Amino acid sequence: MINPFAPIGRGVLGILGEIGHFSTFVGRAIVASLTPPMFLGQFLRQCMQIGYFSLPVVGVTAVFIGAALALNIYVGGARFNAEQFVPNIVVLGITRELGPVLAGLMLAGRVSAGIAAEIGTMRVTEQIDAMTTLSTDPFRYLIAPRVLAATLTLPMLVLVADIIGVMGGYLVSVNSLDFNGVAYLRNTFNFMEPQDVILGLVKAAVFGFIIATMGSYQGYNSNGGALGVGRAATNAVVGAIVLILATNYLITAFFVE
Amino acid sequence: MTAKLQLAGIKKRLRGRQVLDGVDIDVAQGRSLVIIGGSGQGKSVTLKCALGIMRPDAGQVLVDGADVTRMPQEIRARVMRKFGMLFQGGALFDSLTVWENIAFRLINADKVSRKEARERAIETMRKVRLAPEFADVRPIELSGGMQKRAGLARAIIAKPDILFFDEPTTGLDPITADAINDLIVEMVKELGCAAVSITHDMASARKIADEIAMLHNGKIVWRGPATSIDASGNAMVDQFVAGRADGPIQAVV
Repeated sequence: MINPFAPIGRGVLGILGEIGHFSTFVGRAIVASLTPPMFLGQFLRQCMQIGYFSLPVVGVTAVFIGAALALNIYVGGARFNAEQFVPNIVVLGITRELGPVLAGLMLAGRVSAGIAAEIGTMRVTEQIDAMTTLSTDPFRYLIAPRVLAATLTLPMLVLVADIIGVMGGYLVSVNSLDFNGVAYLRNTFNFMEPQDVILGLVKAAVFGFIIATMGSYQGYNSNGGALGVGRAATNAVVGAIVLILATNYLITAFFVE
Repeated sequence: MTAKLQLAGIKKRLRGRQVLDGVDIDVAQGRSLVIIGGSGQGKSVTLKCALGIMRPDAGQVLVDGADVTRMPQEIRARVMRKFGMLFQGGALFDSLTVWENIAFRLINADKVSRKEARERAIETMRKVRLAPEFADVRPIELSGGMQKRAGLARAIIAKPDILFFDEPTTGLDPITADAINDLIVEMVKELGCAAVSITHDMASARKIADEIAMLHNGKIVWRGPATSIDASGNAMVDQFVAGRADGPIQAVV
């Protein structure tokens, strides 16, 4: 007779094993990111690749979300005569929550999958083994530049997203909700506090770290040819999204307390 | 005389299968050893254990008599600088140009200036008879034979003591394959290094080997000079050399 608890135990062991592998990987990635030798050229290239080239997608997301947010708050606020709070809630929502989370989710798709596919292909074509035989640590040459670049550029992207998101709300409020432009901006800046932006930027740095390590981890451990690389990219995106949403809650709760 | 590279009792289990079951083999400075064997008999795993890419479950990898598997990371990295490897598919970095591939180690590990690295890369390209005008193209634009030449150039640029070849002629036409074999013999002689190759191409094995060893079921079942391969007295070697489906080795299809 098959023990009914065996599949449960196997599943739990599998999950624990995966967490252990990932944690070890993250530890090695951090050490490689913070200690010499560093590959500055690779780091700058990744900053362009991960940060600069993500500007359009992050900007477009932010402007539409800011605009939609303004409309929704206007409708909701009208139910108890609180329409005038649109600028306050837009800036709060964008800086504390939507800016970092949406930028994180967009980059989980764009960057995490890209990293997993690139490193995964290098794994299955033995390029990573080749790098080791050429006395170069793949953690330093491939992974550390990506992790550092994502961790440092995502906060900058989020800062841009904050500005564009607020502008999206402004445009809709002034053009179709009859807000006074000057008053809208004054309300926004008077209400906003530094800690709102700081919370968003802390989140962004953590999300950037998650995106790059998850992509690298899945790619580095991929096997089984094209199928394996495809699976690595999918797992990277799903893993990064789940971790982003979970840590988003934890960081928010930590800051609120 | 101690062997340049010695594998002693190497065991490795992968996905529940005992791939290597006590491999003992050694190679001396200036000698070329070729390990033959069927697909899935552990040739690649043997090479990966020797290179330090894979950690064996048991046994020792001795380089100049020192066990690499038990060394601290930094010392092992220093020993591994003596290695050069030509990968089966070339394993050239497709994001870099041909010369950057060849000079990768000089630029990234040995911190040679880019100008000097480029000069040395082009000099090495000439050695493997790869025309210097290919220096600035991407590896993907090269033919299979040229990719092998570039991979060989990358493996020898830092003048290794031990060179590894993983199926050097796979995927090449017979004429190109023979040219690569000639090049391997020439380079090994010029560098005076120890060479370890794995292949299932007997023509290649005869050409580049001083000694041939046969790996079967995770063990070395025969070893001898390349010249005596046709009179090995081992039924498995005979079957492999003759390429017969029937014999002591069952083909797994």
